Amino acid sequence: MTAMDRAKGYIGKPQGQQIIQVCGRCHSDARFMRQYNPSLRVDQVTEYYTSVHGQRLNERADAKVATCVSCHAAHSIRAPSDPRSTVHPLRVAETCGGCHANAEYMEPYKIPTDQLPKYKKSVHWKLMSVKGDLSAPTCNDCHGNHGAAPPGISWVGNVCGQCHAQNSELFNGSSHAKVFVKMGIPGCAACHGNHDVTETEDEMLGLGNGAVCTGCHSSGDKGGETALAMRQLIDSLNAEYVRTHGVLSKAEHAGMPVNQALFELNEAKTALVKARAAIHAFNVDAVKKEVTPGLAIVQKAYARGLRALDELQFRRKGLAVSVVIIVAVIAGLVLKIRQIERKQARK
Amino acid sequence: MKKEILLDEMGRRKFLNWFLGTSVGAFLVAVFYPVSRYLIPPRVEESTSRGVTLSLKPADIKPNSGQIFRFGSQPGIIVRTPAGELRAFSAVCTHLACIVQYRADLGHIWCACHNGHFDLNGKNIAGPPPKPLEQYVVNTRGEQIFVGKGS
Amino acid sequence: MSERVAEAMASKEGHGKLWLWLDERIGLSELEKVAKKKEVPVHRHTLWYYFGGMTLFLFVIQLATGTLLLFYYRPSAEEAYESVQFLMTEVEFGWLIRSIHAWAANLMILTLFIHFFSVFLLKTYRAPRELTWLSGVALMGLALTFGFTGYLLPWNELALFATRVGTEIPGVLPGIGSFLRRLLRGGDDVTGATLTRFYGIHVAVLPGITLLLLGLHLFLVQKHGMSVPANLKEHEKNQPPMPFFPNFLLRDIVGWLTALAVLAALAAYYPAELGLKADAFKPAPVGIKPEWYFMFMFQTLKMLPSYVLGIEGELLGVVGFGLGGLFLALVPFLDRRSAAGKSGKLFTWIGISILGYMILLTFIGYSVSPMR
Repeated sequence: MTAMDRAKGYIGKPQGQQIIQVCGRCHSDARFMRQYNPSLRVDQVTEYYTSVHGQRLNERADAKVATCVSCHAAHSIRAPSDPRSTVHPLRVAETCGGCHANAEYMEPYKIPTDQLPKYKKSVHWKLMSVKGDLSAPTCNDCHGNHGAAPPGISWVGNVCGQCHAQNSELFNGSSHAKVFVKMGIPGCAACHGNHDVTETEDEMLGLGNGAVCTGCHSSGDKGGETALAMRQLIDSLNAEYVRTHGVLSKAEHAGMPVNQALFELNEAKTALVKARAAIHAFNVDAVKKEVTPGLAIVQKAYARGLRALDELQFRRKGLAVSVVIIVAVIAGLVLKIRQIERKQARK
Repeated sequence: MKKEILLDEMGRRKFLNWFLGTSVGAFLVAVFYPVSRYLIPPRVEESTSRGVTLSLKPADIKPNSGQIFRFGSQPGIIVRTPAGELRAFSAVCTHLACIVQYRADLGHIWCACHNGHFDLNGKNIAGPPPKPLEQYVVNTRGEQIFVGKGS
Repeated sequence: MSERVAEAMASKEGHGKLWLWLDERIGLSELEKVAKKKEVPVHRHTLWYYFGGMTLFLFVIQLATGTLLLFYYRPSAEEAYESVQFLMTEVEFGWLIRSIHAWAANLMILTLFIHFFSVFLLKTYRAPRELTWLSGVALMGLALTFGFTGYLLPWNELALFATRVGTEIPGVLPGIGSFLRRLLRGGDDVTGATLTRFYGIHVAVLPGITLLLLGLHLFLVQKHGMSVPANLKEHEKNQPPMPFFPNFLLRDIVGWLTALAVLAALAAYYPAELGLKADAFKPAPVGIKPEWYFMFMFQTLKMLPSYVLGIEGELLGVVGFGLGGLFLALVPFLDRRSAAGKSGKLFTWIGISILGYMILLTFIGYSVSPMR
């Protein structure tokens, strides 16, 4: 049977390292791939061997690790941009979860298998699946895809900082950065979680219920004081914002035009966002720097809102006056009609 | 008796006529006052959503800098490129609607929320923003800058 | 003294110098003679006589507020929305003029429908008033067209989609359908060209035709006087009639002033909305609806099955409404019994059924969930 002769180069079903070799035969050859897509990377195999999957395959011949075909379906390979592809952003989590969420399969490795359900609860997944924002991160954005490995303690912040650049920069300049590394605390993930990153709330700051600072701080130490002070500043701006939003909504609902005020309120919202980012400097002055101008803006918008409500009252008073006048004319006319008809009846 | 009734009636008629006349007069004022105020042109003569005249002067904007201004009810950003040209864009980031800013150190427009970058043509060049920023037309007339939507 | 001189002297009695001066030039005394003769019958259906005048009053309000709006409105796709926004926020009392214009449009069509149905059910269309009826039906069509064209002018989201749906409808007619649609839209889709076209129709074409037809309608009403319903008993017809001047007119004015007060209150508590600017590339928002006076037709078309005996359901609906309009116009000629002076129940029931159908379909249209 010469058709399936291994001596003649027949491979059969590739196994283990063979898979990597077979795929890499083309995909690591820059000159070859150029003919099809000059912008495609050709370092996947190199990257793969730096990953946990690649290292285990290489060093321990672990047949259970992911290889090329585990994520890129062996025969129905599609480009990542194709929504049917197993590595399309919306499907990456399920693909990785194929092994990593299977407790039985992952049993020998003694690592958690709750990442997929946790990720499904996260704001990142919500943005992608509900809002359709494909720029939101999935497994490979933080772990790498071919060079997949969990981020090291000291560089979690760099990974998150790819998008959350402001927060990362502030954090790196703060007192927490070095301390966290020394204590082996994984940066951003310590307070925000890693897979189940949910939408932040002001409750996370301070020493109250739901605050993350209480993990290390209390009201006695300087950190706790700073946390309380920052929280108070944020709360003050937020409260003013909510109050102004209420007034403006009321005015708008009653039909008053409040475009200018809403524009100003938008600026106040930006200040609030900046102030919440400034928390990551863990320094009261940094937060105050954003809150103070924010308060000025929101107070201006509030004044506009009050003026709109005043105008509304003016309109209603004007209406009342007009209606009174009209009713007076109607009354006069009714009496006049009666008078005329009495005279006509007499004639 | 008849004369009294007649006089009474005359008095009532006079009062009614006066009442009717005065209320009709008030009514006419109530109608013509708003109409005449309406016809008088307002201080801001034209809508600001097609275009605005900035309160900034051309000299106020240095090369490699940018400032936020109000365009209708939305924020806009006016930028002077390092080469000296004035350009204006919508300042609403096309990712999640934060307000963008000009970064002199990067020499282009940047969004602080999720690290989105836009070049000096408004094109989204890095980060999550999916679309470019809408570009406006800038015209300078002496000391005034006029920004409008392109046709 | 000759009778004529005595009469001439009597008519000049009680008039001031200005009146006398105008009389010599215009002939006011002749008009006064005619006016004094005008009478309104008094019976249990007299109430319905007021609705024609009310519709006229509201139309005059529309002419006045519409003309005022012309001072600030700009009829191009780039500027229309902004000019209305400007009007609502920067122009003093701009919100009032626009809100009254929007509310009076609705109120006018309501009183017009009441006027129409009262005339229908009281069979006022009997000879010699057939032409009054015909001009009235035409005026009703004009009023609805006023409403349809005016609705687009603020160039907001809802208006764009409502106009798209509305101008699709003549498109289902075979042969001339697509031509008609292009003619209406000023192109293949609803664009700035449609806006300008509708503007021209709304502020020039329709007012011109309306004023002519209205003139005819009012002249005919004057000529034939107020009709008395045929089904009144003899004793009901014997009450002395009311002079139009001043009795009926003063009562008319009381009604008009009440309507004005209602309009002012509606404008202050429910000012006209503007919504979002029209964007031709956005998908239709969920639950778009036409104005209430088109709802019954809209809902009927939605409820018709896609095909009835091989004919497209929509086409059937459109042709159906066309035939319905034609039927309404021809009622005076179709109602043989009333033409013969006899009281008949058939057309009364037809009228009540039409009214019932319109109310029912309108109600259904508003209570159906937009997701269906």
